[in-house]
Amino acid sequence: MPARTADVPPLTVDNISKRYRVRGQRRTSMMAVDGVSFTLEPGSAVGLVGASGSGKSTIASMITGSIRPTSGSIVFGDLAVHEMNRRALRSYHSNVQMVFQDPYGALNPLHTAEYTVSRPCQNYLGMTAAQARARVHELLEIVGLTPTAQFATKLPHQLSGGQRQRVVIARALACDPQLIVADEPVSMLDVSLRAGILRLLGELRREHGLSLLYITHDLLSARVVTDEILVLNEGKVVERGETKAVLQHPTDDYTVRLLDAVAAPGAVA
Amino acid sequence: MALLRATDLNVTYRPSRGVDIWAVRDVSLSLEEGEFVGLVGESGCGKSTLGYALTRMLQPPAHLDSGEIEFDGTDISNLSGEDLRHQRRNGFALVLQSGMNALNPVRTIGHHFLDIQRAHAADGERPTASSAAGHSAELLAKVQLEPGVLSRFPHELSGGMRQRVSIALALSLEPRLIVFDEPTTALDVIVQHAVMQTIKDLQRESGFTAILISHDLGLVIEATDRVMVMYAGKIVEDQPSARLLNGPHHPYTEALLSCYADPRADVIELGDIPGSPPDLSLATSGCLFAPRCALAEPVCTAEEPKLTPLDAGTAACHVRARESTTGSKVAAHAR
Repeated sequence: MPARTADVPPLTVDNISKRYRVRGQRRTSMMAVDGVSFTLEPGSAVGLVGASGSGKSTIASMITGSIRPTSGSIVFGDLAVHEMNRRALRSYHSNVQMVFQDPYGALNPLHTAEYTVSRPCQNYLGMTAAQARARVHELLEIVGLTPTAQFATKLPHQLSGGQRQRVVIARALACDPQLIVADEPVSMLDVSLRAGILRLLGELRREHGLSLLYITHDLLSARVVTDEILVLNEGKVVERGETKAVLQHPTDDYTVRLLDAVAAPGAVA
Repeated sequence: MALLRATDLNVTYRPSRGVDIWAVRDVSLSLEEGEFVGLVGESGCGKSTLGYALTRMLQPPAHLDSGEIEFDGTDISNLSGEDLRHQRRNGFALVLQSGMNALNPVRTIGHHFLDIQRAHAADGERPTASSAAGHSAELLAKVQLEPGVLSRFPHELSGGMRQRVSIALALSLEPRLIVFDEPTTALDVIVQHAVMQTIKDLQRESGFTAILISHDLGLVIEATDRVMVMYAGKIVEDQPSARLLNGPHHPYTEALLSCYADPRADVIELGDIPGSPPDLSLATSGCLFAPRCALAEPVCTAEEPKLTPLDAGTAACHVRARESTTGSKVAAHAR
């Protein structure tokens, strides 16, 4: 896969909001996301950080089209994601893929790595089974599961957490997407595996020109992976800017609290 | 005298089908009264199994094969039934990882407290909901929850609140030892920070002895007095927390520490530990970390290192033990 940032459109999120009704109460509702805007340029990496309930995963769901915003627009090239029907979403999904938090829950326990990764090759790219198989080995190689012949036959329970997350990433890459939305991809993994997965995400950006929307509460991994971050609190962007600058000179109280909550033994040593 | 002393503990999982897993291997440890000790390691290193073994909570297929656990001078490793309950009553408690799964979804929080008080009431006494409420509210106050929580059901509480309830429940019988098994892992950073602060404050005020089990070395170092690092069922290093920060001895501890960094730093270098922990179903020899270790030498795969005194604690590493006698130390990640 060559780097091809030139012909890829940016993803523009303009003033999106999502209101949820509170069950049992007709009049009250809650704003899970409140007027968030940003642009994800091709090849760039933007982080959405915040604690639970800050609306970051809701934004991800709106970008992948699984829920619709109450107001605002999400535009990818000439596609209006916020008003797509299922059919249009299908072709959109060959451009935008997700990596989830829980590599244990995201894989079917009865399917081998090869089957899991070959499905999108056949479904989205219309490959034959033989072509898909060849592509699976290519993908496993990219995500660092080598020797690929050995890993292809493994079932999820035969893999470690980090290896499973690599299979999930390989599956996301299968249909050659331009944008990956990664929702807490390392928060359920051991810290000893964190750097490896983050490095892989960096390589995918550099070598394959992927853009990345990285969602996390882990400021350290956001710092490693992203160029720009948006700090969210209760659905609103409270602070945004270049990642390093925001973390080194936070201006919002909430960002400071997030930073204080990071256990960083290296900082003391 | 040590409050808790374990000698040569061995725990094996013996499933009805499949191979046996030797999860805890020859672990000996000793905890002084009032000490706050951390138990750290990657998933599957046996840290939770060890915590369960120490509180006698192991369920088949896990079996305590050998070893002795002495709590306050009494050997509890072979106690069962009423004798074990009696020890629990004035002895030790366990706080589980997920407050969500540890609470009964169809009972109010108040009922959980009542349940414990009834189960451990003295003969002839039968606490009622109203007589127990006062004590329960006091316990909730200790973990910064309103008495109103007593009438709520678990699903009405947030994750952090549920975890606080689990801690308050563990405090019910005024235990002298509490084992916290990943108490904050399922919580988000800010809530995690607040719950850890509550645990630290409670420990300081009440003076109970505590074991904090976590995969997060950063969190453990900040909270505890002493850290025991486990790898593949064994304790490989045991040092005061402050010392560990300034210079870990075992290459595994050093590698774990390199996985952390300050997000505010100018340059961030994040380490990882290539490879994966060994298969504990197989017989092993030598140092179990050797295949992933940058310092490994022929002796490491041939001979099993023993925990030897190093700095203010102990570590099990051939290379480090030799260096401490010759006085030259090489950083593992420098190679």
